[in-house]
Amino acid sequence: MIEIKNLVKRYGDHNAVDHLSFTVEDGQVFGFLGPNGAGKSTTMNIMTGYLAATSGEVLIDGHNILEEPEAAKQCIGYLPELPPLYPDMTVGEYLRFAAELKRIPKGEQADQLQKALSLTHLEEMEPRLIRNLSKGYRQRVGLAQAILGFPKIIILDEPTVGLDPKQVVEIRELIRHLAKDHTVILSSHILSEIRAVCDHVLIIRKGTFVVSDTPEALEEKLSAAGELEMEIRGTAQQAEALLETVAGITGHTVLEESSGLARLSIKTDRDIRETLFYAFADAKCPILELKPRMATLEEVFLDLTDDDDLIAAKAAALLTGRQDETQEEEGSCDESHL
Amino acid sequence: MKAIYKREVSSYFNSMTGWIFIAAMTAFIGIYFMVYNLFSGYPYFSSALGSTLYVLMVLIPILTMRSMAEDRRSKTDQLLLTAPVPVAGIVLGKYFAMLTVFAVPMAISALCPLIIKINGTAFLKADYATLLAFFLLGAVEIAVGLFISSLTESQIIASVGTFGLLLVLYLWDGLLTYLPASPSGSLIGLMVILLLVCFLINALSDNWKITGAVLVIGLAVLAVSYLKASAKFVSLLPNVLGKFSLLAAFNSFAQDHVFDLSGTLLYLSLIALLVFLTVQVIQKRRWN
Repeated sequence: MIEIKNLVKRYGDHNAVDHLSFTVEDGQVFGFLGPNGAGKSTTMNIMTGYLAATSGEVLIDGHNILEEPEAAKQCIGYLPELPPLYPDMTVGEYLRFAAELKRIPKGEQADQLQKALSLTHLEEMEPRLIRNLSKGYRQRVGLAQAILGFPKIIILDEPTVGLDPKQVVEIRELIRHLAKDHTVILSSHILSEIRAVCDHVLIIRKGTFVVSDTPEALEEKLSAAGELEMEIRGTAQQAEALLETVAGITGHTVLEESSGLARLSIKTDRDIRETLFYAFADAKCPILELKPRMATLEEVFLDLTDDDDLIAAKAAALLTGRQDETQEEEGSCDESHL
Repeated sequence: MKAIYKREVSSYFNSMTGWIFIAAMTAFIGIYFMVYNLFSGYPYFSSALGSTLYVLMVLIPILTMRSMAEDRRSKTDQLLLTAPVPVAGIVLGKYFAMLTVFAVPMAISALCPLIIKINGTAFLKADYATLLAFFLLGAVEIAVGLFISSLTESQIIASVGTFGLLLVLYLWDGLLTYLPASPSGSLIGLMVILLLVCFLINALSDNWKITGAVLVIGLAVLAVSYLKASAKFVSLLPNVLGKFSLLAAFNSFAQDHVFDLSGTLLYLSLIALLVFLTVQVIQKRRWN
């Protein structure tokens, strides 16, 4: 288990990581999602002990990374953003060096090496100089280094960057395979990738915590705060009168009205599609189209990564389901500006 | 530490650096050996070594420049620093690897006194003691290079910086003669040294209380002893700094043929200090 408590990393007067706290349970595939510069790599570098935090604590299986660095690092395999490779070594030499660094017992080294090579499909590359490998292969050598010895926790910083689509699929397969008996933490700025493999997502923005949940739960939250879009044959007045009779509608707007057709957007607090259908059917007012207008996770994520803090705050509120609070906060912000 | 040591040694011999260093060292020792001992018939090999010292100043930066800087530039330090290895292990692994490369030309030149012996009278004890001093002096210089290399990402800056610092150490005795010998001059000089030491302590510990305490106590000791007996401060500054002369220690081996124990201790403690400082620099960097 990994516990991150109130992590702060300050560079000058800029906080790269700002009071970040979260917990990664054993056996999870934990995804770090955030736009470039959100503090993903910095957080990972702190978790692995490469950087030290300005304040806050990192506990790896109960070992503080600063106080018991060796015990904590023993549990971690890490692939940084740029694979830390020595170009003057062959793949085999490099991995044997990494195995010794990780204190894998001599007797197991050959066996572990073969496992790591076969999982990353590098068997034929073993005698090749790393200098001569392509970007994709270098990434895989880095990955092989991270999983070598199969530590309990495997931390991968943007593992699929620079790979072709087939290799991306292979790496995802590998992550799923590892997830069976390891904790895997990976970072990405691509939502679909996180959704494909992770069972828990942490979204961070500008170094601060936005939301942490399962991808499914996040999508559910979004659809709960949904909207319906409806097209009917009739006038807008007719439709508005009918909508009055249906319970569960919190508001509506006319989007468009032309040549006997009207298009409306309806805000609801529950699923009213059936009652809506019968209400309009009874009034002999045909519904031509009825569709949910929920923001997709993609859209919300796009907003989250927006430079504008207001847009991002709204998107964050959608995800956390604390719309009212944030609006109040915004209000107080405005006042303070005055 | 062993893994890093092995990797570094093989890296020196897989690249040109190790071979060029060994070839150049051996060639220059050979040239001086030929000129001094073989052709001029001088029985002491130590004088050939004494002349080779200046070659060392140029060659050591080539050996040490990439030790720490290259790992940082290529980000391979992420592998080393996130592995379950203490920082001291990383630094010592690299340091011992450089000593191993340096030991190769030393082993080759260990044959020279034997060659003299074959052709006549040799002073084996004096020569081998000087060879040991030469090796230790080289080890100090490698530690200087290691330390400078840990301060930068650039190999060029590391090598030029090391060369510059080594040059100052070689010119040390000459430079000291220009320092003030008067009591007040010594006092001021010692205060400047105290300030520099405090600056270093502060940079390493980030704790102004410790720095302040050292500064206040140091100043008080200097002031009190100056007021009590200012006569003792005559040429105190050059004397104190003269104790740190690297060449003086070597010369007592090479020219006076004396086993200089305090000089040996000076070398060993300088090595320990520089390796310690290198570890501190790397530890400290994680907080920046």
